[in-house]
Amino acid sequence: MESLTHLDAVAAPIVVINCDTDQILPARFLQKPRSDDFGQFLFRALRFGPDGTEKPEFVLNQASFRESRIVVANHNFGCGSSREHAVWALYDYGIRAVIAPSFGDIFFINCLKNGLLPIVLPETVVLPLLEYLTTKAGSRISIDVPAQSVTLPDGASHAFEMEPFAKQCLLRGMDEIDYTLSHRDRIDAFERNRADAY
Amino acid sequence: MQLEQGVGGPQTLYDKIWNSHRVMSRDDGQDLLFIDRHFIHDVTAQSFDLLRERGLKPRSPERIFGTADHYVSSAANDMSAVTDPERRAMIVALQRDAAASNITLFDMDDSRRGIVHVVGPEQGLSLPGMTVVCADSHTSTHGAMGALAFGIGATEVAHVLATQCLWQRKSSNMRVTFDGTPGPGVTAKDLILAVIARIGVAGAVGHVIEYRGSAIAGLSVEARLTLCNMSIEAGGRAGMIAPDDTTFAYLAGRPFAPKGEEWDRAMAHWRTLFTDPDATFDREVHIDVAGIAPMVTWGTTPEYACAIDRRVPDPALQADPDLRAAMSTALDYMGLAPNEALEGVAIDRVFIGSCTNGRIEDMRSAAEVARGRHVASGVEAWVVPGSHEVRAQAEAEGLDRVFKEAGFQWRFPGCSMCLATNGDIAAPGQRCASTSNRNFVGRQGPGVRTHLMSPAMAAAAAVTGCLTDVRRLLGA
Repeated sequence: MESLTHLDAVAAPIVVINCDTDQILPARFLQKPRSDDFGQFLFRALRFGPDGTEKPEFVLNQASFRESRIVVANHNFGCGSSREHAVWALYDYGIRAVIAPSFGDIFFINCLKNGLLPIVLPETVVLPLLEYLTTKAGSRISIDVPAQSVTLPDGASHAFEMEPFAKQCLLRGMDEIDYTLSHRDRIDAFERNRADAY
Repeated sequence: MQLEQGVGGPQTLYDKIWNSHRVMSRDDGQDLLFIDRHFIHDVTAQSFDLLRERGLKPRSPERIFGTADHYVSSAANDMSAVTDPERRAMIVALQRDAAASNITLFDMDDSRRGIVHVVGPEQGLSLPGMTVVCADSHTSTHGAMGALAFGIGATEVAHVLATQCLWQRKSSNMRVTFDGTPGPGVTAKDLILAVIARIGVAGAVGHVIEYRGSAIAGLSVEARLTLCNMSIEAGGRAGMIAPDDTTFAYLAGRPFAPKGEEWDRAMAHWRTLFTDPDATFDREVHIDVAGIAPMVTWGTTPEYACAIDRRVPDPALQADPDLRAAMSTALDYMGLAPNEALEGVAIDRVFIGSCTNGRIEDMRSAAEVARGRHVASGVEAWVVPGSHEVRAQAEAEGLDRVFKEAGFQWRFPGCSMCLATNGDIAAPGQRCASTSNRNFVGRQGPGVRTHLMSPAMAAAAAVTGCLTDVRRLLGA
């Protein structure tokens, strides 16, 4: 996992509410090997017509948003499937943070396992921000992970919550498997001592 | 958070299972949960790659069971019917990874193969009180057995493979109480669609749902599986139902269920798996089942559902601009006009199957409507049993003949048109009456319009050629 400490980048607004994992990464690409660039499949049906040509109206196809590394989204972003491929698609495209008022539970967890930072900010901040980014295309947002702070284009800073462990993983670019394996003895003991063993 | 409630005082079913699986806690409040059962399928290849990259092997292969479902053909139970090389590679990877680690696999030639969420309960692999995970959001299905079951991503799968544990932050407790008696033609599918329509697709985000009430007590295990299956469609982390005599009767004699003394010991434990009377929930929803009619979705999220005898809602009446825009976009995609009657909307395709509605009772329910009738002209209707065992049982009961005589295609088990990963798609613009769980844009193929409904409702649509109130065909 790649570490992330600071990010200052163009933010693309995805205005639709309940943007589900099938929109982020359609199921027909689940069969692709991880070595593929999943970024090409990101928002496939929204980004491209059936013949593969770009839809000019889609945000990421507009010149000022092509270098986006942050997505700002509406409520319940990433609802639906557990497919981690949805996170890979965003990540491979170059997105390192998603800001939304709420996320699908599994998607949120999957983000943190892949170095994609999901940030929950209040609806009262995000909904006006979506509108701002739409009208002022190419606006940048700055994220300071150690300080857990987001600075919006208008200069206002907002603190965000982050679990300490997930934060350390993101700052150091490490994942949980090694950490958990270091507690192997406790897992083994738990399994041996269980009263309701299956 | 319910952490206090979990210690000493009254506990919910969720609290009890959580507490009995906690290996250790982390400073940030996450708990390491021991995982009793891990199901794998043919979208798990990337997780095994992650494991290999680290030189690790599955810690507890005896707790892992696999079955091929996403990429198998529904036209023939045969690898040679899986012609796409990438899809084939996904099944081959499952076979290779299972064999390399001595994981039990219900392979292509195994009569126990089927959709993972049909097979688990059917084989007695998903048991009350267990923690169950799988790289699939519909793992919530297994909660109907009184288990804590939830979907996880590929990295978490690798973590479970390596450690047989998972770090989790405890969700909040939510209870949905169903009371009353369902009317004719009203099934578990209608109950869960009614819940999602009520609370929304984000209504249970951050929560584990427990379903209870007199209407739940009256449901079969298969109906409960349908209900818990779609908990994720309300945003719930999991759905669960306390095990009762119905559960125990279902499990007795299942191939992997405990036997003899082990059964007695298990029963003693299972009898303790209920929410204590004084336990509190963070959120409560009450639903009178008598007020629920057969449901159908009209939009592109499961929340966009209403009774079949209603009209398409009018976005103009929605005050919130984002919600209004979302409704309008959905109606455009669905090719429906505000205030149009839902009954009578012409359909092109019918899909009866999936982990939501691919079980024997679903087959029976659809066959009852199909019997003596015929699929309407111009409609292509498929029945895809959820497992080989379901398929064999249906054939033993003559249901395959009922379907075939009525003009339905009787196909082979797998996920098929639910998410179309195996290539079972409809054509752009086609309208599909489907017993699956998601009506997302493009789910059944680019441009395909999905209406979710029960198996009986789907069969009714098949024989009439349009969305139809099944109660008319049941003589109700």
